[in-house]
Amino acid sequence: MNTKLNCHFLNFELNTPLVLASGIIGTSASLMVRAAHNGAGMVTAKSCGPTPRAGHPNPVAFDFGGGLLNAIGLTNPGAEDEVGLLAETRRQLQPLGVPLIASIFGGTVTEFGDVARIVAAAEPDLIEVNISCPNVGDEFGTPFAGAIESAAAVTDSVRRAVTCPISVKLAPNVPDIARIAAAVVEAGADAITAINTVPGMVIDAASGQPLLHNNVGGVSGPALKPIALRCVYEIAKAVSVPIIGTGGVSTGRDAAEMLMAGATVVGVGSAVYYRGVSAMREVGQELVEFMESYGYSSIEELSGRSHK
Amino acid sequence: MRISHSPLPKPLKITGIKVENASTKTFILGGKLEAQPGQFVMAWLPGHEDKPFSLAAADPICLTIADVGPLSHALHQLHIGDSVWVRGPLGKAYSLPAKSSAKQHTLLIGGGYGVAPLLFLARQALALDYQVSMIIGAKKESDLLLVNDLKTIGVTVWLTTEDGSTGIRGLVTDAIPPLLAESATRPTVVCTCGPTGMLRAVAAVCMAEAIPVQVSWEAHMRCGIGLCGSCEVGQGWLTCLDGPVFPFDPVTVAPNTAIF
Ligand SMILES: Cc1cc2nc3c(=O)[nH]c(=O)nc-3n(C[C@H](O)[C@H](O)[C@H](O)COP(=O)(O)OP(=O)(O)OC[C@H]3O[C@@H](n4cnc5c(N)ncnc54)[C@H](O)[C@@H]3O)c2cc1C
Ligand SMILES: Cc1cc2nc3c(=O)[nH]c(=O)nc-3n(C[C@H](O)[C@H](O)[C@H](O)COP(=O)(O)O)c2cc1C
Ligand code: FES
Repeated sequence: MNTKLNCHFLNFELNTPLVLASGIIGTSASLMVRAAHNGAGMVTAKSCGPTPRAGHPNPVAFDFGGGLLNAIGLTNPGAEDEVGLLAETRRQLQPLGVPLIASIFGGTVTEFGDVARIVAAAEPDLIEVNISCPNVGDEFGTPFAGAIESAAAVTDSVRRAVTCPISVKLAPNVPDIARIAAAVVEAGADAITAINTVPGMVIDAASGQPLLHNNVGGVSGPALKPIALRCVYEIAKAVSVPIIGTGGVSTGRDAAEMLMAGATVVGVGSAVYYRGVSAMREVGQELVEFMESYGYSSIEELSGRSHK
Repeated sequence: MRISHSPLPKPLKITGIKVENASTKTFILGGKLEAQPGQFVMAWLPGHEDKPFSLAAADPICLTIADVGPLSHALHQLHIGDSVWVRGPLGKAYSLPAKSSAKQHTLLIGGGYGVAPLLFLARQALALDYQVSMIIGAKKESDLLLVNDLKTIGVTVWLTTEDGSTGIRGLVTDAIPPLLAESATRPTVVCTCGPTGMLRAVAAVCMAEAIPVQVSWEAHMRCGIGLCGSCEVGQGWLTCLDGPVFPFDPVTVAPNTAIF
C-alpha cells in the first residue's frame, strides 16, 4: 500500500487508516488475515460475549437497495473459545504490522468486565466494547449505549478489568451522542468507535411479513453514511480521543469524508459485500488518488478537516 | 469499480412442478435471472428460513430440491400458482476453458441434487460445442436424478448405483478411470457437484491424472453475501462469495485458495 496511507492510532503505526469493522468476516484467523492482506490497517474480530450464541435463524441479512439490513444475532463461540481464536489471529497478524481489535459484549455491566478480562488473555492490541448492537433482545446492547449512566458504567467495568487500550462503540440512535462520548471518555475509554448500525426493518409487501427472522435489524452501508458522518462530527467536537469512524464507507471519497468529519481511522464493513474482500485495498487506492488530486499529503491532514 | 447488488427476495409464481424421485422435485418458476451454471439463489417462504439452492436453469428459473428439512419440506407442499421468494444469483460459477480449435471434452460428475446445476452446465457446454459426458451416482436406481433430461439434450450418461440396480455397481469414482483411459473421452476439465466426500474422492482421482477439477462446495450459509463468515471453507474462503464453485487444491485437499 502507498506510504501516504500510513498513520497513527493511539500508540500504533498503521499501514492504512482502514479498519475491518466488527462482525464482517471477523470469525476466523484466516479470514482476518485475508482482510489484512487486502488493505486493512487494523482488523476487528466479531463481537464475543460470555457464552456461545448461535445467533438468529435465517433470514439474517439483505441488500434492501439503499444499504444492508442484518440481524445476525451476535453469533460467537463465547469468550473462553474466543481467546484461542484471537491469540492465533494476533500471531498471524503481527508480521504484517496489523493490530488486532477484540470486540466484546455482555448482558450486564459486570459481564462486560468479565468478558474483557477473559479475552485480554489473548493480548489483543485493543478491546472494542460493543454497547450498541441492535440485534439482540433488551437484556443486551441497546440500553447500555442508550444512556450516559449505563454507557459510563460499562466503560468503567471494562477499564478496571484490563490494562490494554479500550474503545467504546456507540449507537447512533440516541438523543445526544456527543454527551455519551464525553461520558465514556471520562470513564476511561482510550478511543471511540462510531457508529454501529441504526435499527431498521424491511417488510415484504407481497406476504405482509418482515423479511428478517428477527423482524428488525441494523441498517448499514450507504444509507448509514450521512448519519455516521454527523455522529463522528459531533463526537469529534466533544472529545479529543481518537475515533474509529464507521458507517457507509465504500469508496475512497467516503473514507476522506469520514476523516474530515473527525475520524482518526475509518471502519469498513458493508463495503466487503459491495466490493468483495478487496474492498479495503480499493478504498485505500482511491483515497490515495483523492489525496493526490486535492493536495493532501497525510491522513492526519485530512482528519478533522471539516472542523477547521 | 465492481459494485454488487443482489436485491431483496422476489416472489415468483410456480409455473410447473416435476417429480424427479421419491424425495426430489424440480420447481419451474415464472421468472429468469442473468446467471451462470454453478451460481445459486437463496430461496425463502414467509415463516421459514432462507436457504441456498443451485440453479438448475436460469431462464426460466428452475430449482431441483430434495425434501430434507423444514424449508425444503414446505416447498414440497406447494402447488402451481403458489410463490417462492428468490434472491440472487449469488456466488461464482463453473468456468469452462475457452474454446480451442480441437473439440474439447468435459466430464460432469453429479451425486444427489448435485446433478441439478450440472444440467445447467451441460446445456452451456453443449452450446459452446463441447463434447459432454456425465456420470450420475446414487444409492439405487430410483434415486437417480435428471437422467432423461441429460440424455435428451445430447449428453453421454454413465450411471452408477451402490446396489447395482442399474449401471455400474459402485461409486461415481468407479466410472471415471475407463473414461480417462480413452483419448476419445478423456476430459480437459471435470466439473462436479454432490456430497463433500464424493467431491474429495472425484478430485483425488482426477488430480492423480493431472486433470483440472472444479467442485461445487457446500457449507452452512447464513447471510449468503460474504459478511457473516459462517460459510468459510479451507483457509479463509467464503463459499457464498468466493464459491460455491472452486478449483480443487491437491495440497490441502480442499477448495483451492491459490487462485485468489
Ligand atoms: C451452494 C449450495 C447449493 C445447494 N443447492 C441445493 C439444491 O440445488 N437442491 C437442494 O435440494 N439442496 C441444495 N443445497 C442444500 C440446501 O441448502 C440445504 O439442504 C438446506 O439446508 C435445506 O433446508 P431445510 O430447511 O429444508 O433443511 P435443514 O433444516 O437446513 O436441514 C437439511 C439437512 O442439513 C442438515 N443441517 C442443517 N443445518 C446444519 C448445520 N448447521 N450443520 C450441519 N448440518 C446441518 C440437517 O441435519 C439436514 O440433514 C445447497 C446448498 C448449498 C450450500
Ligand atoms: C453483518 C453485520 C454484522 C455485524 N456485527 C457486528 C458485531 O458483531 N459487533 C459490532 O460491534 N458491530 C457489528 N456490525 C456493525 C459494523 O461493525 C459497523 O459498525 C456497521 O455495519 C456500519 O459500518 P458499514 O456501513 O461500513 O457496514 C455488524 C454489521 C454487519 C453488516
Ligand atoms: S454465508 Fe455469510 S459469509 Fe457466506
